[in-house]
Amino acid sequence: MKCDADKVIYMDNNATTRIAPEVVDAMMPFLTDCYGNPSSMHNFGGQVAGAVEHARQQVADLIGSEESEITFTSCGTESDSTAILSALQAFPDKRHIVTTRVEHPAIKNLCENLGIITGHKYRVTRLQVESDGTLDMTRYQEALSDETAIVSVMWANNETGVVFPVEKMAAVAKERGILFHTDAVQAVGKIPMNLKELDVDFLSLSGHKLHAPKGVGVLYIKRGTPFVPYLVGGHQEGGRRGGTENVASIVGLGRACDLAAEMMKDENSRVRAMRDRLEEGLLASVPKSILNGHKTDRLPNTSNISFEFVEGEAILLHMNLYNICASSGSACTSGSLEPSHVLRAMGVPFTAAHGSIRFSLSIYNTDEEVDFVLEKMPAIIAELRELSPFWEGE
Amino acid sequence: MWEYTDKVQEHFLNPQNVGEIENPSGVGEVGSLACGDALKLTLKIDDDERIVDAKFKTFGCASAIASSSALTIMVKGMTVSEAEKVTNDDIADFLGGLPKEKMHCSVMGREALEAAIADYRGGILPMAEGEVVCECFGVTDLDVIRAIKESDLRSVEEITNFTKAGGGCGKCEDKLRDLLQETTSDAAVKPVQVEGPKRMTTLQKIKKIEEVLEREIKPALKKDGGDSELVDVDGDFVMVSLRGACTSCAKSQTTLKEYVEKKLREQVLDTLIVEEAK
Repeated sequence: MKCDADKVIYMDNNATTRIAPEVVDAMMPFLTDCYGNPSSMHNFGGQVAGAVEHARQQVADLIGSEESEITFTSCGTESDSTAILSALQAFPDKRHIVTTRVEHPAIKNLCENLGIITGHKYRVTRLQVESDGTLDMTRYQEALSDETAIVSVMWANNETGVVFPVEKMAAVAKERGILFHTDAVQAVGKIPMNLKELDVDFLSLSGHKLHAPKGVGVLYIKRGTPFVPYLVGGHQEGGRRGGTENVASIVGLGRACDLAAEMMKDENSRVRAMRDRLEEGLLASVPKSILNGHKTDRLPNTSNISFEFVEGEAILLHMNLYNICASSGSACTSGSLEPSHVLRAMGVPFTAAHGSIRFSLSIYNTDEEVDFVLEKMPAIIAELRELSPFWEGE
Repeated sequence: MWEYTDKVQEHFLNPQNVGEIENPSGVGEVGSLACGDALKLTLKIDDDERIVDAKFKTFGCASAIASSSALTIMVKGMTVSEAEKVTNDDIADFLGGLPKEKMHCSVMGREALEAAIADYRGGILPMAEGEVVCECFGVTDLDVIRAIKESDLRSVEEITNFTKAGGGCGKCEDKLRDLLQETTSDAAVKPVQVEGPKRMTTLQKIKKIEEVLEREIKPALKKDGGDSELVDVDGDFVMVSLRGACTSCAKSQTTLKEYVEKKLREQVLDTLIVEEAK
């Protein structure tokens, strides 16, 4: 199969990212000659175990943790499920969870189905968000109770990029003796973090969001946190996660973490500047366009904009003609018939939610690409509005 | 990504007959912004009852726009009585097929055509006389029965794909299942009933919750000058608003969880989670 990666303008990095060429180089030996099993007694396998441990150190360095606190998993979703279900089993008498209304489906759908999954009844408090996607700390504090087993709050929202005050929220949970989990899949590599200084007990991250391949994730488990494994099997990962290691991807993730640390400054300066220019340009050149999410408490790469009176899928397919890749919170793109739960929780009206487009940039984007998108978008929106029975002109 | 045929792509990217006819003989407007798709069809019909012009404006996805474009091309030149026989399947066939989740786009086209013809004749739209089954998308029982018959639908999921009914809150699923049973009971092939886990439907939940609220909870709260109302049910989440003295009461959260939730769990379903609606 051939994909013309050089021809596309890829602004859908919150969906997945390009695998960095350096990452591919680091992985290649483990897809060819170095195929040994890290658990084997012979040196041929043993040297592979060394590579896995090196990757563990690289991940730990990026998020400011100890090596022993890193457990490799298959994806962000596995990390999320493992953390929540572990906490519930560790505290069987506590039957309450605090989370938010804007979590990724990995947490949202897990919390909605705990009764079926665990066979126990749980009370779930889903914190409401403000119209700019932020959380109210007072309401959070009120939601915590002695029955709360775990709090799970995403670090940054995948649709809007809005960043939650995870540091403060974790400290509040710690004071109350409640475990704290954060889905940091979108935040790792974009926001500097030092977990040694935080009261976060569990953190999930995913390789393919930071230029490593799909199929590898990490669950950070703070030292001393009670833990019950989810995948039970062999003694891999210190007995915390059974199953032969996805060695090549783990090595790739390690290398990607090194690169992310190097590029963090770039992400927060150059990428942020491109994002801001794109966003300000679109809001200025397209009438009836609205920014979704807080202006500053936000990831440097994400911009979610609603174009009123037109539908997201139609916009995306027109963008596709120019090889511009982005995504939408519209109903039609999700396969369901209702628009994004995140935008609905923020109270974005249906008229705007159906026409929302998320641009998510990366270090591989260029100023020329931003120029190109700025040039094409106003005409795409205008053309679709000409078709719309609701559009009555400016 | 959806698998669209070349024909769908062609009509989406270069839609034909876009616009509105001035002084039209008939206008058909269906859908709404909230639904995620809407179509306004205008027809010009001559004295021989022949459709001489058709134009559309559509808010919606690629298949909604392509279906609208296809519809106008198909009906131009037809007599009104010929146009009345156009089905949603004809529209989908004209486009070389639509993804099954998108069949409702072709149904929207047929509905707009019917509405425009009814407007031309000055009569009442037959579907408008039905009873609304799906409130989220304003679909009537007649719409559903017709779709079941015309497209030989066999499950609630298929009904949703074709009419959107049941695609929002899901409260009408039971009603849809009943309609499916009734409509297909005479047919040779009966729908296959899939046994899911024994759970209450949202409609059943709402009914029982309202009963308990009226019978026990509201009278008890009113003794303290408070009141409550059911706002929404989403799966096991029950959104309740607190009124009167409850709004300023520091104990309202405790009341909600330890009294309202407890009562509802005892008497309705023991997995319910009560939350305060904002």
